[in-house]
Amino acid sequence: MSTVALSCRELVELVTDYFEDALPAPERARFDAHIAGCEHCTVYLEQMRTTIRLTGRLRAEELAPESVDPLLEAFRGWRRGRG
Amino acid sequence: MYPLEGAAAEEAAAQAAAVEDRRLVAGLRGGDEAVYTELLARWQPAMVRVARMYVRDRAVAEDVVQETWLAVLQGIDRFEGRSSLKTWVFRILTNRAKTRGAREARSVPFSALGGETGAGEPAVPEERFLSAEDPRAPNGWATPPRSWAQMPEERLEARETIDCIRMAIADLPEAQRVVIALRDIDGWSAAEVRDALEITDANQRVLLHRARSKVRLACEAQLEAA
Repeated sequence: MSTVALSCRELVELVTDYFEDALPAPERARFDAHIAGCEHCTVYLEQMRTTIRLTGRLRAEELAPESVDPLLEAFRGWRRGRG
Repeated sequence: MYPLEGAAAEEAAAQAAAVEDRRLVAGLRGGDEAVYTELLARWQPAMVRVARMYVRDRAVAEDVVQETWLAVLQGIDRFEGRSSLKTWVFRILTNRAKTRGAREARSVPFSALGGETGAGEPAVPEERFLSAEDPRAPNGWATPPRSWAQMPEERLEARETIDCIRMAIADLPEAQRVVIALRDIDGWSAAEVRDALEITDANQRVLLHRARSKVRLACEAQLEAA
C-alpha cells in the first residue's frame, strides 16, 4: 500500500497527468485511493471532464473566404507550374 | 469490426492514419484541389494559431501560413512519410514562423517558454483549501466544488457557458492558449501537439493543465452565478 496519502490540494495538480496516463504507477495508486474515499475530489474530477467536453463545443473557426482565396490562388499557380 | 485493445488498437489506428496520409499526399501531388481545400479546412485555423506564437500579429501569421503551404506544395514530391503529413507540415510552419519571428525580434523559442508554462500557479485558488495544519483535513477542501451532475444539459451547454469558455481561453498566456485549443478544440493528440510545437511531453501537460484549470474556474463561476 502507499505510504503517504495524497491531499486534496495535491490531487488537483495531478488531474491532467492522470487523464494523460502520465502518472507513475505508485502515484496513480495514491490518486485512485484518494478518489475512492473523497467525494469532493470526485466532483472536481467530474467538473474537469465536463470542462474538457464543453471546450470541445467551441468549433474550430470557420475559414473566411478572404483568407482562403490567396491560398487557392497559390495552389492553382503551383499546379500550372507543374504543367 | 471487433473493438481492439491496447497495442492492437494503436497499430490499427496507425495503419489507418498512414492510409489516409497516402491518400492526401497522392491528392496533393496530383493537383487535386478538393484534397487541398480539405486540408485547409482542417489545419488552417490551427496553423494561424501556432504561427501567432512566434510573430507579431495575425496578418504576419497568415503570411507565414501562406508561405508554408507553398513550401508544402513545392516539397510534396520529396515527402517520404517518415513522419505523418501533419507533423511534417507543422514542422515547416514552425521553422518559418521562428525565422520570421527572429527577424521581427520577437523571437520566443517555445521550448524556452518554461517561465510562461505557469508551473507553480495553483490550479485552484489557495483559499479554497484548509491549511496543512488543519486538524479536520490537512490541505483538504475548505470550499469544495459543487457537482454539476444535476444541471440540465441545456444549462451546461448554454451560449453563456460556451462564451465564457471562449473568453477564458482568450485570456490565457499564448502558449497555454495554443495547447488547449489544439488539444480540446481541434482534438489533437498529446504527441501531435508535442511534435508540432517542439516541446517536451511534460511541458505539454503543464501548459494543458494550467489552461484547463483556469477554464474550469471560469465555468464554475459562470455556472454557479445566480
